[in-house]
Amino acid sequence: MEITPPSLEYARLMPLIVVFAGACLGVLVEAVTPRSARWPVQVGLTFLTLLVAGALTVSGWSAGDVGISALGSVAVDLPTYFVWTALLVLGALSLLLFTERRLNGGVSAFAPQAAAVPGSVDEELAIRARTEHSEVYPLALFSLFGMMLFAAAGDLLVMFVALEILSLPLYLVCALARRRRLLSQEAGLKYFLLGALASAFFLYGVAMLYGYAGSFDLAALDAAISAGQQSTWLLLVGMAGVSIGLLFKVAAVPFHSWTPDVYTGAPTAVTAFMASCTKIAAVAALLRVFYVGLGGLRWDWQPLMALLAVLTMAVGALLAITQTDVKRMLAYSSITHAGFMLTAVTGASLSSGARDLSSVGATLFYLVAYGAASVGAFAVVTLIRDRNGEASSLDDWAGLGRRHPWLAGAFSVFMLSFAGIPLTSGFIAKVSVFESAWSGGYAWLVVVGVVLSLLAAYFYLRVIVTLFFAEPRPRAAAVTADAGTAGPDVGPSSGAEPAGGATAEAAEPGTGALSLATRRDDAAASAEETSVTSTASRPELGAGEVGVGRAGVATYAAVAVAVALTVVFGLVPGPLLELALQASVFLR
Amino acid sequence: MNIPWLTVLGLLPLAGALLLVALPRTAARAAGLAVSLLALVLGGWVVAQHLAGAPLAEQVPWIPQIGAYWALGPTDGLSLTMVALTLVLTPVVLLASWRDEDRRGGASEGVRDAAAVRQREQVLVGAGGPERPETVGAGAGGGATATAPEQPRRWSARAFFALVLALEGFALLAFLTTDVLLFFLLFDAILLPMYFLIGAFGGPNRRRAASRFLIFALGGGLIMLASVIGLYVVSARAGEPSFLVADLAALGIDGEVGRWLFVGFFIAFAVKAPMVPVHTWLPDAAEESTPAGAVLLVGILDKLGTFGMIRFCLGLFPEASLWATPVVLVLALVSILYGALAAIGSKDLMRLVAFTSISHFGFIVLGIFAWTSQSMSGSILYMLNHGLSTAALFLVVGYLVKRRGSRSIEAFGGVQKVAPVTAGLLLFAGLSTLALPGLSSFVSEFLVLAGTFSRYPAVAAVATLGIVLAALYILIMYQRTMTGPVTDDVRDHVRSDLDGRERLTLAPLVVLIVVLGFFPAPVLDAVAPVVGATLEQAGVTDPAPSVEQEAN
Repeated sequence: MEITPPSLEYARLMPLIVVFAGACLGVLVEAVTPRSARWPVQVGLTFLTLLVAGALTVSGWSAGDVGISALGSVAVDLPTYFVWTALLVLGALSLLLFTERRLNGGVSAFAPQAAAVPGSVDEELAIRARTEHSEVYPLALFSLFGMMLFAAAGDLLVMFVALEILSLPLYLVCALARRRRLLSQEAGLKYFLLGALASAFFLYGVAMLYGYAGSFDLAALDAAISAGQQSTWLLLVGMAGVSIGLLFKVAAVPFHSWTPDVYTGAPTAVTAFMASCTKIAAVAALLRVFYVGLGGLRWDWQPLMALLAVLTMAVGALLAITQTDVKRMLAYSSITHAGFMLTAVTGASLSSGARDLSSVGATLFYLVAYGAASVGAFAVVTLIRDRNGEASSLDDWAGLGRRHPWLAGAFSVFMLSFAGIPLTSGFIAKVSVFESAWSGGYAWLVVVGVVLSLLAAYFYLRVIVTLFFAEPRPRAAAVTADAGTAGPDVGPSSGAEPAGGATAEAAEPGTGALSLATRRDDAAASAEETSVTSTASRPELGAGEVGVGRAGVATYAAVAVAVALTVVFGLVPGPLLELALQASVFLR
Repeated sequence: MNIPWLTVLGLLPLAGALLLVALPRTAARAAGLAVSLLALVLGGWVVAQHLAGAPLAEQVPWIPQIGAYWALGPTDGLSLTMVALTLVLTPVVLLASWRDEDRRGGASEGVRDAAAVRQREQVLVGAGGPERPETVGAGAGGGATATAPEQPRRWSARAFFALVLALEGFALLAFLTTDVLLFFLLFDAILLPMYFLIGAFGGPNRRRAASRFLIFALGGGLIMLASVIGLYVVSARAGEPSFLVADLAALGIDGEVGRWLFVGFFIAFAVKAPMVPVHTWLPDAAEESTPAGAVLLVGILDKLGTFGMIRFCLGLFPEASLWATPVVLVLALVSILYGALAAIGSKDLMRLVAFTSISHFGFIVLGIFAWTSQSMSGSILYMLNHGLSTAALFLVVGYLVKRRGSRSIEAFGGVQKVAPVTAGLLLFAGLSTLALPGLSSFVSEFLVLAGTFSRYPAVAAVATLGIVLAALYILIMYQRTMTGPVTDDVRDHVRSDLDGRERLTLAPLVVLIVVLGFFPAPVLDAVAPVVGATLEQAGVTDPAPSVEQEAN
């Protein structure tokens, strides 16, 4: 028997290969570089990888180098190029947040030693030694590689592998928060268990579909459905299993329950990464499976998808209203937006002409608009802090707009975009998805979506009201509680500060807050950290005081880019919409 | 060179708003006023171009994928009337709030204990006087300043001026645009500056009023969004998608689809106008906002509702509009009577003016949906006149309230003996509101009623009751606040008549009201083509004057 080696289209697959190679190199760097050099080397390597991969993607895209590659398992087509570019750009933006160290007094937002039990001596030793997990960079790259492959997979088995590649590193980095480590570990574990369950469903569905079609290939599946000679229940069970796996990643109701806990518990930079990139990859894969593989079953899944869209929008919006924590509210908002995107998926409208909207194009535009605003919003969340770290309770944000008008203004832009208010990209995105849903014959879904948009607008606008109009509430209870535990550790510079005394100083540009002691979980370490990071020249945030932490350039750059994307795509959406619409036909 | 003058006109105030943010605090007010006056001059030039027979128009593809255009003009009588109103009211409003916004928002927190106020003032005169020369000079602002520390901090005058300019820019573009999506975008975008104008500068319950305003307006807007999306689908199915009013009107959307889409648009405009039963946000918003904010809200923003009815409801869905006419006429009548009765029963001056507006919007809608050229021309003229007379009324009431420190009607009495000019101007603005012959509102109200009568005599007869009630609410209000013996509170607080700046703000309004009252022909001539085209598109002709024949 003669074995012919498979021919791979290396040039076309190069962006994938570069990201994967970058991640592998990152692992190598961990092994050979001295500890002190690891962080900068990793950062450099990661962004170099993203840059090269981005350049290759764009050059391949502009050259129109499309085709089914790698023996039918990877479909490099226009939607893939669009998604890859979006993933690389938004991934780079989120990774900028990973690099932030100034905000935490010179250390990253990730646990010093993940293996150490929270509050243990080991952990304290790790903090004193200032160890850091620079492994987060290769992990993020692996995850990004998984996402790129997931969105491009033309074969259900490769899709499953990609799903695992993107998920496993995420489970890990979710559990790596420096503050509130128990919450973070809980988030990681929850994500892992539920994700594993969803993966199992996905795999089961893949097996059923294989049984039906006799192939993992999406095009073969489509052909088998057209021929329609097999038992339908295999197909339906298979479709159900695969959909559950995909909808879990998309965070659609009723597979959404992990989202709030994971988004809240994970380090905020990771949350930004998940909210933007995971969502893009998952929705893109969903589109590919349903439009390419299961397109023949349209009439069967459309009503179900419409129902899911309504449920997702409604549950997300209703529960978001009741939230008092900004991060958690953003998690529910992410669910709501999954619902808005599902309306377009339901419509399944194809573009009849070159200048026409299609479901795929509208969804792709929505993903970019939502992703950019999400990264920006979470970046702002990392900046608003009290002495213990991020202060994400909505009450803590009251009146910040007066003291920090620019930052609050940026956050308002993101909220307006989420709410779909004109002059932001969110408006155009919402109009496009609703238009494609209506074009597909789902006018009632659009009406429901519009009503639920109003509900959603309510809680986004509430945040703006809190930022600009609410009076800051004194956090008396919190102050005394913290003073008892943290007082002796933090030293005289902050202990004597009367609550409210730092307001005037915090309002001065450039002298805003800083040097934030650690959370109670690792309060033992705070003395050491504070002594390292706080100097007499920096005014300390008073106990219970909320202000804007002094961050490095990277975080501000992420916020600025996100604002720019949101506003520009809101005012001049034409070019991006054009690209998205051109990219609306999948290769089979 | 081909300069897009309409775009320049619309973007000038928006650029001005941005400029103000960058300017130092002290220069901001002057710069803001200068920008608004420059826009007024430019607007005058645009109107002159139109009258000279060369209407301006611009059209650039904006989002070609969904058929949206940056389309402004061609200008017509309707859009230019509204543009002129916006351009005139903005500098007036800026000048009227020249001094207030740093410390307080004009309308204050209702009747207060006179003794407490006096006590506070003594403290002020003793301790705080020298540091605040501008309030001491006025002599009356003292009581107001004393309350400032108790209330949440307000924003700066610079922010106020920037927001007003932003609102002006959005309004100008919204009145000029002939693209449905662009109009919707501006229709929603204009809510943001208005929201902040109420929420940051108004009275004690302003935040609640602002939220209520925003929720109502956004709700209406989203219902309209569904219809806008429906329009896209209809036009995409007919060929190329396009949001241009001309293209959409050519499609002749009728039948069930047309009716559903019409309902979406109409609800949004009815909320904005506002008509009973979706009017409940207006009294609160007007009561809690500053007088200047109320002028912008009722004078300009709400006009988008009636403007939209003519341009979009009648223009795009003539068949559905005819279908809905009976219901709309009933709603208009209810608005006229309810607004008037509620105004009579109002105990609060700002609220009273807000309710009179609801009544007047009823007249405007009545004229629009009576389907005669007389009544529709009257409605468009009414939109202009109502803007002018309500602005005058709000401003005079605002000056009074600022002096007295209370909005309650009961807190006044005998003011005309203390401040005769204020009282006179209040009477003038009030008479203009109740459509006294010789003042501008009379012409428009008469045209609306006469036009309505020729088609729906019974409706016109009921609507005429509104005029009687208007006389009641204005004159009773005047009697209670201005005439009679001077009360102690008034003597204590109303210590000065209108100063030069305040008179200057009212002068252009008074002049325009009188001039348009005697000489409305230019405006009527300008709007005649729009009215004719709208009626023709709906296939409606004016009913022949049959009354005399029957009488013979």
